[in-house]
Amino acid sequence: MRDSMSRVRAVIGKDLAEFRRNRLIVASAAILPVLFLVSPTTSILLVNAHGLASVGRRVDTSLFIPLLIPVFVPALLSSYAVIGERDQGTLEPVLTTPVSRAELLIGKAVAVFLPSVVLAYLMFGVFLAITQFATSPAVAAAVRHAPQLPATLVLIPLLAAWAIWVGLAVSARASDTRVAQQLSILGSLPPVALVALMSLHVISATFGLVAALTGALLAVDCAACLLVARLFDRERLVTGRQH
Amino acid sequence: MSLVSTGTGPELSAASGTAAIEVSHLTKHFGGRTAVSDLSFTVARGEVFGFLGPNGAGKTTTVRILGTLIAPTAGSATVAGIPVEPASAAQIRQRISIMPESPGLYQRLTVTENLEYFARLYGLPGRDQRIGAALAAVGLGERAHDLAGRLSKGLRQRAALARALLNDPEVMFLDEPTSGLDPVAAHEVHDLIAALRDRGVTVFLTTHRLEEAERLCDRVAIMNTSLRTIGRPEDLRQELFTRSLAITTLAPLAEPDLVFGGLPAVRGWQRGDPAGGQAVYQLSVTDPAQAAPAVTRALVAAGADVLSVGESRHTLEDVYLQLVGDSGEQPR
Repeated sequence: MRDSMSRVRAVIGKDLAEFRRNRLIVASAAILPVLFLVSPTTSILLVNAHGLASVGRRVDTSLFIPLLIPVFVPALLSSYAVIGERDQGTLEPVLTTPVSRAELLIGKAVAVFLPSVVLAYLMFGVFLAITQFATSPAVAAAVRHAPQLPATLVLIPLLAAWAIWVGLAVSARASDTRVAQQLSILGSLPPVALVALMSLHVISATFGLVAALTGALLAVDCAACLLVARLFDRERLVTGRQH
Repeated sequence: MSLVSTGTGPELSAASGTAAIEVSHLTKHFGGRTAVSDLSFTVARGEVFGFLGPNGAGKTTTVRILGTLIAPTAGSATVAGIPVEPASAAQIRQRISIMPESPGLYQRLTVTENLEYFARLYGLPGRDQRIGAALAAVGLGERAHDLAGRLSKGLRQRAALARALLNDPEVMFLDEPTSGLDPVAAHEVHDLIAALRDRGVTVFLTTHRLEEAERLCDRVAIMNTSLRTIGRPEDLRQELFTRSLAITTLAPLAEPDLVFGGLPAVRGWQRGDPAGGQAVYQLSVTDPAQAAPAVTRALVAAGADVLSVGESRHTLEDVYLQLVGDSGEQPR
């Protein structure tokens, strides 16, 4: 067990070091969240100009958009995790070591999860800070007391985990990095679409429905770990063929 | 811990009895294509075993099967005394190392960080010491903190070799370890392989460089999907080619049949390619050491100006070309 944890930590450390030194990844991980922050923040800041009548709808939309950060960022990073290593020839040497599929995948998942979730909470924190300190008390209170706020805080890590497992599953089976990225983003969208429908009041976001969605995502995220481990076929990854 | 040292390792290891690698009727199909067919051989502990064959012959597939990366379609194998099967794969991987043809280093990590990562994946104690020793063994100590992406191809190859040394493997699979190296660097790798043999490490060497195989390997196997031959390079030469003497005279003999025909040790002769007016004769003999004095006396008696009399040496390349040359693949 100790060896296993050590190997998982090794994968996490190596992947995080690689992320930090890859300018493209740093740029993608920085630009996307900023873009997703600008739109809702601007929308809330403009409430005063348009009158308080529109505040409810704007808060609903603004609290949904930051949820795209824990979907897009991990989807992009995780889709590269396996196929990227295969393309640069580093996967085969790793697979010749005693590291197990589960250790490798959990390590890679955590290495994507940590920066994605930290970034999402950071951006969300910035958004909340701006809305609390740069808007009228009425708007600030509307944001602070929005029913979606606690749901958003809970859903950020769950959506990130979902996007990561989808990305890793695609990455383990795809034969092209760009296709893997596109499929990962597409595969990460269904739960986000559900959240969007609730935020926009197309579906009534009752406490029960939000709790059910949270529970379902939690269960799926746990099961996905096992499913992705099954999709991770050493032979296919090494030879490019199924046995 | 010393990664490279001299000593009596191979003898001690061989005494343990179990072969380092045993392969029995190994077969691998990819869809309708047969990559490896009915392969059987044994590699002794401490042996440097050359695995030769043209591109697409199944060498890398065999290494991947033995390294538990892919499963055989049929047949069985043991590596380091452990059966090659899914249940024991991690145990085998702990005791072997594989250096693929492509170094496969993380370009944005330093050489030390690359090795540190693998040392942790192997769960090795004393990582710093092992990394230092591995880098020293391949002469990369001074480049330890360089980014792998900034190293030349030869240095990357050395770093990959250092990585393969980290876990002090019982069996080391080296796939074209000198590919892309300059002669000096290749020579250093040869010395390293020789040192590994001295310590009792079994080295399974796939290579296209026949002079490398001839110089380093105790035995070689030549395959082209199936095994064509296996043995010591010297034995293979003797198996495939009749022993012969090469005679060079200043001018062609007037009646060579008369000179060579009466000698009991000579079974036949043919004229070789002449060079600069000299004449060359290839004599098929039973024993070159016994035939050479008699042939020399006969030539002198015939008044020939003898420039040289010597045993014809067939190289491993001759053996290789004899066995797989028709496939169109030329050795390097």
